[in-house]
Amino acid sequence: MKNKLKVLRAERDMTQADLADSLAVSRQTINAIEKGKFDPSLPLAFKISKLFKLPIEEIFSNTETE
Amino acid sequence: MKNENKNKQMIKGTKNLALWTLLWVASLALASFGPKFLWNENTTWSILAIVTNTAFGAGMIWANIRYLSVLDELQKKIQLDAMGIALGVGVVGGLSYSVTDIANVISSDAEIGFLVILISISYMIALLVGKKRYA
Repeated sequence: MKNKLKVLRAERDMTQADLADSLAVSRQTINAIEKGKFDPSLPLAFKISKLFKLPIEEIFSNTETE
Repeated sequence: MKNENKNKQMIKGTKNLALWTLLWVASLALASFGPKFLWNENTTWSILAIVTNTAFGAGMIWANIRYLSVLDELQKKIQLDAMGIALGVGVVGGLSYSVTDIANVISSDAEIGFLVILISISYMIALLVGKKRYA
């Protein structure tokens, strides 16, 4: 699954640590999601969506269906 | 702020788990070597040491459950993968080791200590590999 997390984070001038702090996860988790190594759970995806005030489908895209 | 609390919980959970593990290991050593070196095979003291060891073991399991509950979802996945691998290696390796004893392929008896070492090493390797994979 692809995502725009890195871009969205950069646009808001946030570090991985800042984002991790806002979502109450580790920095390693943010790094793994950004690199596409780990897909977040639905609750975490909703938290990310709420934080960036964007729908989930604008942040995450399923590469298999593209 | 959220993560500060989470980090504090994780540090507390790790310290708690380390303490219970230390108590369990120390009490295991006492229950194992005490009968010979400390209380001259006295059954009452041996039972007391075994009960204490089991109680500390239960505390360690409880501390481990609490430790796992404060991890985030990726950390839980890494732990779950490592535990799955350690369990698989333990069952397969342990039974193979037992069979080598039954079939008299090895001259000595199969010892449970080797199984514990095998599980511990496979768990630690799987944990390191998991951490590196998602780094």
